[in-house]
Amino acid sequence: MNTVADPRLALAATELPVADDFPILARPVHGRRLAYLDNGATTQKPTAVIEAEARFYRESNANIHRGVHWLSQHATELYDAARATVQRFIGAARADEIIFTRGTTEAINLVANTWGRKQLTAGDEILITTLEHHSNIVPWQMLCEQTGAVLKVAPVNEIGEVELDGFDALLSPRTRLVAITHISNALGSINPVAEMVEHAHAVGAVVLVDGAQAVAHQAVDMQALGCDFYAFSGHKLYGPTGIGVLYGRAELLADMPPWQGGGDMIRTVSFERSTYAEAPQRFEAGTPNIAGAVALAAAIDYVQALGMDRIVAHEHALLAHATAALSAIPGLRMVGTAAHKAGILSFMIEHIHPHDLGTILDSEGVAIRAGHHCAMPLMTRFGIPGTARASLAVYNNETDIAALVSAIDKAQTLFGTRKPA
Amino acid sequence: MSAMDGNLRELYQEVIFDHNRQPRNFHDMPEADHHADGHNPLCGDQLTVYLRINNDVIEDVSFVGHGCAISTASASLMTEAVKGKTVAEVEALFKDFHALLTDTPPERDFGKLAVLTGVREFPARVKCATLAWHTLHNALIGDHTPAHTE
Ligand SMILES: Cc1ncc(COP(=O)(O)O)c(C=O)c1O
Repeated sequence: MNTVADPRLALAATELPVADDFPILARPVHGRRLAYLDNGATTQKPTAVIEAEARFYRESNANIHRGVHWLSQHATELYDAARATVQRFIGAARADEIIFTRGTTEAINLVANTWGRKQLTAGDEILITTLEHHSNIVPWQMLCEQTGAVLKVAPVNEIGEVELDGFDALLSPRTRLVAITHISNALGSINPVAEMVEHAHAVGAVVLVDGAQAVAHQAVDMQALGCDFYAFSGHKLYGPTGIGVLYGRAELLADMPPWQGGGDMIRTVSFERSTYAEAPQRFEAGTPNIAGAVALAAAIDYVQALGMDRIVAHEHALLAHATAALSAIPGLRMVGTAAHKAGILSFMIEHIHPHDLGTILDSEGVAIRAGHHCAMPLMTRFGIPGTARASLAVYNNETDIAALVSAIDKAQTLFGTRKPA
Repeated sequence: MSAMDGNLRELYQEVIFDHNRQPRNFHDMPEADHHADGHNPLCGDQLTVYLRINNDVIEDVSFVGHGCAISTASASLMTEAVKGKTVAEVEALFKDFHALLTDTPPERDFGKLAVLTGVREFPARVKCATLAWHTLHNALIGDHTPAHTE
């Protein structure tokens, strides 16, 4: 995060003129202007994405890879073009390293069920971190039960950072897989992924990165990160729900057995034996979310037209402003103040449970998340049941933060815990 | 005042704040003959309900734990409401109270429990208000797996 003399000046300079691109933002909630600050859960969709999905059904709909007719070929071209768009967006070397899934969760489960089941045996170790979302914990626990592998967890410090020393101390020749989040959804901490990958590779481990919270908020490049697998969801990137991506290095994918069996993933089928297609088709059994993939490509086009540099500059300026504004509230404590942080603010307010706070903020049109953020072990680490979380996106601005601050004031007034500043 | 502000004041009445700040019967009970744990994983609310039952009558009841204002106040109000009632009366009250929050409630005097009626306008918070009751029910039937609100 850049330190700026006057965050407000910086904020005005970085503001993005995008509010009109997102029709839902014009919708009042409880008669109030909507301040949507739950982007970590899912982002809103620009007209370009909504239209791309509708246009596919209006003008291009057919099944892919199976029709001799024109529409089917047209739909197949759009689907393949979407794959190429994703490939360029994350700097993958080849389009066939991009597998479409339902989202991050399915992408991680795919790796656990294919690479994991084939490669791991009793005594092998999987290393994760305390920051992980349940979807980067539970699939590995299930894999450990199936294979006898052992789950290891790198600690986080008081401010919510995974320290490299603690991480390195758990790496050993037994470590076969390292599965780490790029950005913590609960605290916003950015992991030093490139270094962690390098250290993991040095002991011969394969690395999966959970990029669910990263792809919409910073440039992500597979060659620079050097990871072996990278997972993300379209819906946190201004795209639709039900579409996501698993990137896998070609050498690894080539050696992985299929997971789900069915149409489109085979080469030949007889009742004696079936042979499987190459990646990515081998991992995309059945009719995929074609319209979703096309709309995800539109979301990527939208983000790239805005420019990732401008997005990062705006979100960092807004994070600095919001951090200062929240920290000035008496009785408010920030949880997670990593030196490298993305636009996620987790906090607790004295004498007001996050769930009560969420209800009162909602009555003011301020949408935040309250709870454990699917990171229960992380909450346990900090000895708290959960936090209130505001998470930022391109369309958020100073007005949203002002609404958040004033709604917190209302909650403290209602609870009779408001103290003079 | 908007409709939502009215709903919010209905939800967070003074009685709720009072019971949240100073929950009644808020202690453990070494001599309890029934107890059960309750957990709402969604918001991390956690509580244990203790009972002493004599001749089918709830002689004493208490709880410990932590949760939001609605769940803490509801647990506190519950302990006041059930003390001295028979097990059958308590189970019937739970059923009626649940209907009060979610459905068409029967004609009856809910006493202080009526302050929780405001939860009706906040479906996401019904679980907060009923966690203690689900836990009490488990304690009564001797179910020692943690109670949920599903
Ligand atoms: C860090 C992280 N990982 C994984 C997920 C799971 O994503 P999805 O529910 O889209 O599969 C999320 C979001 O919920 C997340 O924030």
